[in-house]
Amino acid sequence: MKSYWRIGEPCVWATGAALALTLLIAATLIIVVMVNGLGVFWPSNLEKVEFVDGSYAMGERVQREENYQAEGFRRQYKVGNREMYGLDFRWVDETRIVATTLPDDAIALEREEHGNFFGYLLRLDLKNLQAGQSDDPYQTLLNGFALVEEMKDAVHAMDGEISKLSYKLETLRRNLLKADYQGLSPNDPKVLEMQRKQAILQDDFKHLVEAQNHQTVSMRAYKAVFADVNGQEREIALADMVRIYQPNRMSLMEKVGFYLGKLVELIIGEPRESNTEGGLFPAIFGTIMLIFIMSLFSFPLGVIAAVYLREYAREGVIVRLVRIAVNNLAGIPSIVYGIFGLGFFIYGIGSTIDQFFFPEVLPTPTFGTGGILWASLTLALLTVPVVIVSTEEALGAIPREIREGSLALGSTKFQTLVRILLPMSSPGIMTGLILAMARAAGEVAPLMITGVVKLAPALPLDGNFPFLHLDRKFMHLGFHIFDIGFQSPNVEAAKPMVFVTTLLLVLIVLTMSSIAIHLRNKMKKRYTFSTF
Amino acid sequence: MSNAATMQIDDPIIEVENLDFYYGSAKALHGINLSFPRRQVTALIGPSGCGKSTLLRCFNRMNDLIDISEVRGNILLNGAEVNSSSMDVIELRRRVGMVFQKSNPFPKSIYENVIYGLRIAGVKNKTILDETVERSLKGAALWDEVKDRLHTSALGLSGGQMQRLCIARAIAVNPEVILMDEPCSALDPKSTARVEELIGELSDDYTIIIVTHNMQQAARVSSYTAFLYEGYLVEFGLTDKLFMKPEKKQTEDYITGRFG
Repeated sequence: MKSYWRIGEPCVWATGAALALTLLIAATLIIVVMVNGLGVFWPSNLEKVEFVDGSYAMGERVQREENYQAEGFRRQYKVGNREMYGLDFRWVDETRIVATTLPDDAIALEREEHGNFFGYLLRLDLKNLQAGQSDDPYQTLLNGFALVEEMKDAVHAMDGEISKLSYKLETLRRNLLKADYQGLSPNDPKVLEMQRKQAILQDDFKHLVEAQNHQTVSMRAYKAVFADVNGQEREIALADMVRIYQPNRMSLMEKVGFYLGKLVELIIGEPRESNTEGGLFPAIFGTIMLIFIMSLFSFPLGVIAAVYLREYAREGVIVRLVRIAVNNLAGIPSIVYGIFGLGFFIYGIGSTIDQFFFPEVLPTPTFGTGGILWASLTLALLTVPVVIVSTEEALGAIPREIREGSLALGSTKFQTLVRILLPMSSPGIMTGLILAMARAAGEVAPLMITGVVKLAPALPLDGNFPFLHLDRKFMHLGFHIFDIGFQSPNVEAAKPMVFVTTLLLVLIVLTMSSIAIHLRNKMKKRYTFSTF
Repeated sequence: MSNAATMQIDDPIIEVENLDFYYGSAKALHGINLSFPRRQVTALIGPSGCGKSTLLRCFNRMNDLIDISEVRGNILLNGAEVNSSSMDVIELRRRVGMVFQKSNPFPKSIYENVIYGLRIAGVKNKTILDETVERSLKGAALWDEVKDRLHTSALGLSGGQMQRLCIARAIAVNPEVILMDEPCSALDPKSTARVEELIGELSDDYTIIIVTHNMQQAARVSSYTAFLYEGYLVEFGLTDKLFMKPEKKQTEDYITGRFG
């Protein structure tokens, strides 16, 4: 028994248990997110429920639990039809249910507005649309919908033209303001030329918008009439529909196809319905770009600072204090960084930039308001201690003989640094960068006051000169989780999206880390001693 | 103890005059007077902590890296003061190469390791670089073993090969003096024999100063030997004479293994 303690058996068990517990917690988190997130897009069957009083309800079953107020169980259904019922989720007492069936002809509509519609197709009102004359009205509806989709695409294509034009108009407006600010008279040929251009552009703009409106109106004329499970009629324009499907008739393969289609939409699509439906592309893009710009600042800054601290600064009280301060920086609450970013970057530097470079549009701020540049800089500040600490450790781990070997061959300190020390410490530096990126990806608090928005009208990177618009506000997955999870009026409808977004954010961090880890392993192989 | 038994050398390459060395307030070398003969192997022997390595590192000013160190006295390399401010330390280290106790190849290819000294000096001519690699590796008796894998990592070599690579790296820049700080202490007997053989060959072209713990090694490879004890130079002379008929009692005690 004595030797049992001396060998340290319990200690080994304790360490193993601690590791297992940590892994278990992490795995549980991931599993919960995956279970809740992955099922969101699955086209569940539509259940029709008949009650004792003769009324019906139809929808996707969400969950079943014990009824804590009464006997038996209760079920939660997503019944959709928000504009008719007010709420699109409903609890149903099982004791009141007479029968549950899966009606074959039940239709689910995914719509641009008001969430899903569940019901039956009554009749079509397709006017002059050449949707083919099928005996099956559902097939005709699908044909018609395909045609309307094409029209929708055309209208969306015009959106691009319009935003380009409006960007040009905005630039012109700014230039005119600038000319005015510079004291050019309104009769100056330059100003007149600009005004002439503006008039032409405005004309184009007006025509384009009119054309788009016209198309939209004509497109909305094609309608279909549906009835909900209790027979209440509802007329819906084909243009309002996003997807039409009959889940109870779909085969497994069809369901898988539907699921994958939704996944693709999630990744490349734009958000709808105050972000609770549709895609997350702007948020994914914003997140990745934010981390990228952040790394661009924090990586060189951190490495250079660490090189100075480790290689050039004379070891002493001041260096030790600086080191302690750097380590403590990593422990400051991130919201404090956000406030600092707001005060220093936005109100300090941003406002100054506006005064010098964009005085003509003041008091409308250009850089003096939140934007992706300031958010990135704030995050860079937040993550730079991590890079400094890991770089310092990597430099410190290089054996003295290697440095002396290089110096003894007549290289300067700088040559030794560039040719030997930095390559050798690159795996350690990469580790720091990975940690920094992971931390930055998960931060939300400092972003909320430095430029993240619920819905950004344009991406920070687009086809309009100068392509990179660092002053623009952006969307972010982390903020998206907070926003739809806690700021959305329809919590039940938003809940699945919270899990999906979480899953996506975890996935992005995982992907970026994997790439960085792969790079690090490559460097490790190249620059460190192989063991025998 | 300035009454060291020492001998005069004609045409010395390095002359040490009244050298004192301090680590902070601790004095590590006491008034060393010593001349090193040109194109000969000189061994520095003595027990641990006697100051052999410190003395060796004074010749290429590696002690500069230690903030608290201080040198007093003169070291002349071909008559020029090593510690004077007019001496370019980069140039000095190019003229006085060094091989360390622990082999320290850089994490680069064998080829890049050898030409490191030339690269940092700005040599870009491919022919010169190629010739240097061949000449140095042949000089270090490594060419036959690595000529087919010059561009693979140097970290894949064995311990003895690594040490010979470090020697090749040192002779690639054509130094006048090569300092060796216990170059065989981490090698197995076979590799040690190779390196010792190599030292003998190199002494035709280079002046070699070698620090060693191993007295048999000193006897085998060197023509001259200096014995240091607790920071003082005790005796310096021809190796044969020092080992056969030491003038000082301390020297005799040490080489016969009575202490140290």
